[in-house]
Amino acid sequence: MTEASHHIISYRKLSAVWGLLLLLTAATVLITRLDLGPYKIVGALSIACIKSGLVIAIFMHMKYEGRLLRILLFVALVTLAIFIGFTFFDVLYR
Amino acid sequence: MNPSDNLHPASGSFWNDTGKSGISSWIFSTDHKRIGLLYFWSVLSFFLVAVVLGLLLRIELMAPGRTIMGPETYNALFTVHGAVMVFLFIIPGFPGAFGNLVMPIQIGARDVSFPRLNLFSWWLYMIGAAVIIIALFTGGGPPDTGWTFYVPFSARTGTNVSVAVFGVFIVGFSSIVTGVNFVTTIHRLRAPGMSWDRLPLFVWSLYATAWVQILATPILGITLVLIIAERVLGVGLFDPMKGGDPVMYQHLFWIYSHPAVYIMILPAMGVISEIIPVFSRKPVFGYKMIAFSSIAIAAAGSLVWGHHMFTSGISDRAILIFSFLTFVVAIPSAIKVFNWVSTLYRGSISLEAPMLYALSFILLFSIGGLTGLILGAAATDIHVHDTHFVVGHFHYVIFGGSGFALFGAMHYWLPKFYGRKYAEKPALIAWALLFVGFNITYFSMMVLGMKGMPRRYYDYLPEFAPLNLVSTMGSWILAVGLVLMLVNLIRGLRSGEPVGNNPWGGATLEWTIPSPPPTENFSEEPVVTHGPYDFSKAGKP
Repeated sequence: MTEASHHIISYRKLSAVWGLLLLLTAATVLITRLDLGPYKIVGALSIACIKSGLVIAIFMHMKYEGRLLRILLFVALVTLAIFIGFTFFDVLYR
Repeated sequence: MNPSDNLHPASGSFWNDTGKSGISSWIFSTDHKRIGLLYFWSVLSFFLVAVVLGLLLRIELMAPGRTIMGPETYNALFTVHGAVMVFLFIIPGFPGAFGNLVMPIQIGARDVSFPRLNLFSWWLYMIGAAVIIIALFTGGGPPDTGWTFYVPFSARTGTNVSVAVFGVFIVGFSSIVTGVNFVTTIHRLRAPGMSWDRLPLFVWSLYATAWVQILATPILGITLVLIIAERVLGVGLFDPMKGGDPVMYQHLFWIYSHPAVYIMILPAMGVISEIIPVFSRKPVFGYKMIAFSSIAIAAAGSLVWGHHMFTSGISDRAILIFSFLTFVVAIPSAIKVFNWVSTLYRGSISLEAPMLYALSFILLFSIGGLTGLILGAAATDIHVHDTHFVVGHFHYVIFGGSGFALFGAMHYWLPKFYGRKYAEKPALIAWALLFVGFNITYFSMMVLGMKGMPRRYYDYLPEFAPLNLVSTMGSWILAVGLVLMLVNLIRGLRSGEPVGNNPWGGATLEWTIPSPPPTENFSEEPVVTHGPYDFSKAGKP
């Protein structure tokens, strides 16, 4: 599975992702200045999700991995999403 | 290291068939049985230390006012009692000790998937334990926060919280590593014919537990690191003055620590599911539902952590949802209880020591579980929150449940690994003392809580004095029973009557191989042709 797919990503692509990550970091900072109320945290977390998604898919090669690894990662992420989501039953309605 | 080292002349058993000798044949062994015994004796040692602390706490509460210690010492003692019992005894107790000993044999494997990782997990456990012990005697002294390390107190107290929390962090990794190992082993190393519907129920329960260990423990790790960040760097994550939220700490802590009680109780339920059919000479009732309910408890139980926080100022909507989900967990738990009772129905019951522990488990766990619903219902929780009722409830689940199941497992499985058996009569007397002492100690606590006695105070109002005295007396009966049980068990393992392959007439794979088992478990790979509780195909005791 992992041994079979030694996928090499070009410098151009890696640099592009890096640039995108920098832009998204800037967006994270900028969003704190907008008055979005409770949606501010949704926005910030969405940007964080996109960023970590890029890192996992490209830098950590998950995009080129087999199905089993992807499913395992997916299970962990869904669990985390549920934990965070359930915490918001409290935070959003206080 | 081990009381019965070198006592087994039987050649070819895992006791003497190794390349190494002395202590290094234990602490560097990758044999799952040796690691299981390492875990067992380490866990038992910490248990005894924490028992002594618990007895001291009970002596302090024997009479109002200062009895043997002041408030600071009392705070430190209940913290260390709780932290050692939870993190060093009961969480590693089942997977580390009996999971390692029994699970690979039950699925027909020679060892776990990653034997070295397995040894590493024991080392992590011991290193973490050592760090926790260091924390007790250095810096500002033992932590006094309670085992929950709640902020803001844990961020401010001058006691040695950072080091203790770091120790727990390391122990957490040992738990994750064991979980990864067990999931892989159960998926990949089952013998031919060992399909998922032939898996012994103890293995099913360990499988569900392993997933909880993998998915929930990292959150404990993160939470503990955040406490250290708060104490050392003052980042203010939990400090409202700096824009933080102290309730957020409680969310993070209980996201792990509630599922952690299922790490403690699920394998215990698995042990009970093994013992009851064997001592009823009857196939387990509702095999699939018991297996499924383990998974259901692990899944639903991971979503109920908010019920620890009903009085912490969380939103009403969250209280409603977490309260509802708490009641949902009662369903798969009740499925198990009803299935055990149905297994007993018209069985050919023999009341030997393991069975007595299993039967008392059903009663004590049911009391513990149902009093949990009193706490899970928001309206009643507000009255009994942080009273001795909680202490009583928790001990009914974890001591009356997990503890008694562990004692049952010790009587049921240790003869397999030592090739010798304890004496039956003292075992029955010890069980009776434990059962009576247990109920006197903890039922009194629940009554005291209902009357309004708060927990975690070294002193109380005079009207609580009589029942506190009763509870302390009960703890002494409990202690006598415990000593008798251990002395009888250890004497039996050293010099008791030798046992054959199958002393109980069980139908799972561990009873098909010699006692003690050979290093490689099976001389040739077993082929499984019947279910784990099909006694018509198993040998007679």
